[in-house]
Amino acid sequence: MQSNTVVALKDIVVDFDGQTILSGLSLDIHDKEFVTLLGPSGCGKTTSLRVIGGFLEPKSGSVFFDGRDITRVPPYKRQVNTVFQKYALFPHLNVYENVAFGLRLKKTPDAEVRRRVGEMLELVGLKGFERRSTVTLSGGQQQRVAIARALVNHPRVLLLDEPLGALDLKLRKEMQIELKRIQQSLNITFVYVTHDQEEALTMSDTVVVMSGGYIQQIGTPQDIYNEPVNSFVARFIGESNILDGVMLRDFQVEFAGQTFSCVDKGFSPREIVQVVVRPEDVRIVPAIQGQLTGVVETVIFKGVHYEMRIRQAGSEWIVHSTQASQVGELVGMCIGPDDIHIMRAQKEGAL
Amino acid sequence: MRRLKMLGRVYLCVMLGFLYLPIAVLIAYSFNESKSRAVFTNFTLKWYGELAGNDMILKSLAVSLVIAFASAAIATVVGTLAAVGVNGMSRRARTAVMVLSYVPVINPEIITGVSLMLLFVVGNTQLSNLFSALLGAEVSVNGFGVLTLLAAHITFCLPYVLFNVSPKLRKMDVRVYEAALDLGCNPRQAFFKVVLPELTPAILSAFLICLTYSIDDFIISYFTSGTVQTLPIAIYSMTRKKVSPEINALSAILFVVILTVILGANALDSARERRLERAAREEERKAGMQA
Amino acid sequence: MIKNKSLASPYIVWSVVFTAVPLAIVIYFAFTDKNGAFTLKNIMDIGQYTSVFVRSIVLAVIATAVCLVLAFPLSFMLSRMRASRQSMMLMLIMLPMWMNFLLRTYAWMTLLERNGLINRFLGLFGIGPFNLINTSGAVVLGMVYNYLPYMILPLYTIMTKIDPSVIEAAQDLGAGNLRVVTKVLIPLSMDGITTGITMVFVPSISTFIISRMLGGGSNLLIGDLIELQFLGNSYNYNLGSAMSLMLMVIVLLCMSFTTADSEEMEAMV
Repeated sequence: MQSNTVVALKDIVVDFDGQTILSGLSLDIHDKEFVTLLGPSGCGKTTSLRVIGGFLEPKSGSVFFDGRDITRVPPYKRQVNTVFQKYALFPHLNVYENVAFGLRLKKTPDAEVRRRVGEMLELVGLKGFERRSTVTLSGGQQQRVAIARALVNHPRVLLLDEPLGALDLKLRKEMQIELKRIQQSLNITFVYVTHDQEEALTMSDTVVVMSGGYIQQIGTPQDIYNEPVNSFVARFIGESNILDGVMLRDFQVEFAGQTFSCVDKGFSPREIVQVVVRPEDVRIVPAIQGQLTGVVETVIFKGVHYEMRIRQAGSEWIVHSTQASQVGELVGMCIGPDDIHIMRAQKEGAL
Repeated sequence: MRRLKMLGRVYLCVMLGFLYLPIAVLIAYSFNESKSRAVFTNFTLKWYGELAGNDMILKSLAVSLVIAFASAAIATVVGTLAAVGVNGMSRRARTAVMVLSYVPVINPEIITGVSLMLLFVVGNTQLSNLFSALLGAEVSVNGFGVLTLLAAHITFCLPYVLFNVSPKLRKMDVRVYEAALDLGCNPRQAFFKVVLPELTPAILSAFLICLTYSIDDFIISYFTSGTVQTLPIAIYSMTRKKVSPEINALSAILFVVILTVILGANALDSARERRLERAAREEERKAGMQA
Repeated sequence: MIKNKSLASPYIVWSVVFTAVPLAIVIYFAFTDKNGAFTLKNIMDIGQYTSVFVRSIVLAVIATAVCLVLAFPLSFMLSRMRASRQSMMLMLIMLPMWMNFLLRTYAWMTLLERNGLINRFLGLFGIGPFNLINTSGAVVLGMVYNYLPYMILPLYTIMTKIDPSVIEAAQDLGAGNLRVVTKVLIPLSMDGITTGITMVFVPSISTFIISRMLGGGSNLLIGDLIELQFLGNSYNYNLGSAMSLMLMVIVLLCMSFTTADSEEMEAMV
């Protein structure tokens, strides 16, 4: 455990009606970090968040806060606050009273309540909305109230459960930047749950990719994108070409019927591996100069680039290129050593 | 098409006439000086005066009001607690409670009345035997009266509270409750600060439903009241007499009271709706200006 | 959220004591004699009153049918009005319901009497006077007048959910007015119709006030019989309980016809 760990999950097991949701999950969350739990629905990310928040007691395992075991501590005694999916604002209270709710419970003097609520509404850009009923607010505004309501209590850790899920695309992008700004200006830990990989890559310091109740990979957004540890992560984060290959020796791999130089080493001789190549890392060259050759099957214009499907021997490649080739054209493909990522051929599951 | 529309309008008027004619006639006769319903002699208010001096009516009205408020209050509290309790139950247990609750609702009122009467009769006999044995002398207990009446009214009111509050509770976002915990409420505080305010409209309407059912009930009261008279029972005894013009006056007064209450409630409702609409328009205007 | 089941215990205790136990007592009384010994005599004795049971069922069925016929077009018209007028009209129709039903029934007594308003009105044309009150027709009229809103409300509720374009589509496909009613309106309103039938039939078959006030002595119904055993001159709890049991069976049979699928019950729960 690192010294600046603020929340630690240790061997958490959760099941509902005999169905296992989390199977022995362990995770350290560091202070002042923006951590994202990323995964498809049902992967256990929201469950993990609810365990941290105290809404779910795990069947076994422990939750630590600042090194103290808080597994049996009820939510109202934890130094974390939550921004709920669909906000869960109190419909019978106005904006000001929603934000002041936590402070009033602690019998905070009125003057301080006024000051802190004012500060928070200012931070989330809702100054002047104090007397408004929450039901008349737009989704984005309700979202801001929910954030202010949680942050006004100065939590050490803020938990956010798919907070942008209900917003439209444009608003979502704005709020991503906004949330990052708030996290940096307050200098506290955010634990953020989402199924949107782009959102995770944009905002996080650390991304935790989850699937089937297990953590698949923990790393910086760059790590996760460039060095996926298994095919699940590679497929879930962006588009990729995943091929079976054989490691010939250090720095040399064979796949798609060709031998390529790579930057990976430390595999046993002739170890079966999986090779990940991102679509944008494949260079299209005249057929004669290509390491591989294939026939263009489809070309779709995507705005910044063309997405092409290229049939090469037994496999189909997805290639992104700024230059369009003709459908039916024979083209060559080149892949540099840096752009080849080797994964041990392991099944998804526990790390 | 036009002919059909005409026909529809005529039909509507005939039906309204059918619904209102009897009441209109009652009210008209309440101002008739003659005791006979056969002729209208002179305009008079004397029946209203006699009604005001009719102790039986006034006393029964008092009994009705006391029973109504007491039973509605008790049923609302017990029923609301039950709604919260049922919410935490397994599906099977919940269904069992709901089926039990449906019995007084779908049973004909006369069956509810008769069965409660039998319960109280049996209760009386058991208590008489008990006291006789204790005191060593023949004692006869007759519990029929305000208490049995109250118990009966609570019984038929209770399910309506559960049916009113339970769906609201189940529709409530669990996360609102969790948010309260998250912000530092213990479960009891969360219930009183967040859940209860959300349920208040449903609880209030349940209370009003109980009030009206209780005041209006005749059949169940008839079997469980002993010699105590509620307003409907007093009315019944008056209708048994062949001629009693005071009934007409009472009908007129009740009709006016009901009309006022309902129109008032409607006016309040539509005023609130208009306010909400105005607020929404204001929102749109502001949003438009920002954009 | 709040998983405190014990909060429901006062309610459950109350329901058991004042709903389940009384019904058990009714069943107990129905199968015992005055000394508490088991007997089927009470059930057998009901046979003597077959004519009353038949009359009750016939009158209740007629009243329910009349209510359905009257309420169907009315509810439909109501459901097609402008929203503001709809709530106004609905209020107008429901308003008489708020009067105590004894008073509403009493009002018909005044109208139907031999020298009541209707006979006097007919007398102006030299017709009558007729025996209007103390007939089974008067009893049916009383049932229809008292319980018509119970039919209108569920019908109206379900009809407001019928999209006008569904009717237009039927017309577009060549359905005449009659066809629209039989092929579209009635099938789409079926849930409301069955609810309405139950809500009118059950109080109609169990009434004893309407028959007493408008039916005179010759139109005894099940309700009257039961009342006589408990509070009237006959005074026989055991026979009364047997009759009550019988009435419950009839009501349950009616309900099993109208709420055919258990899903509906589920929805109500």
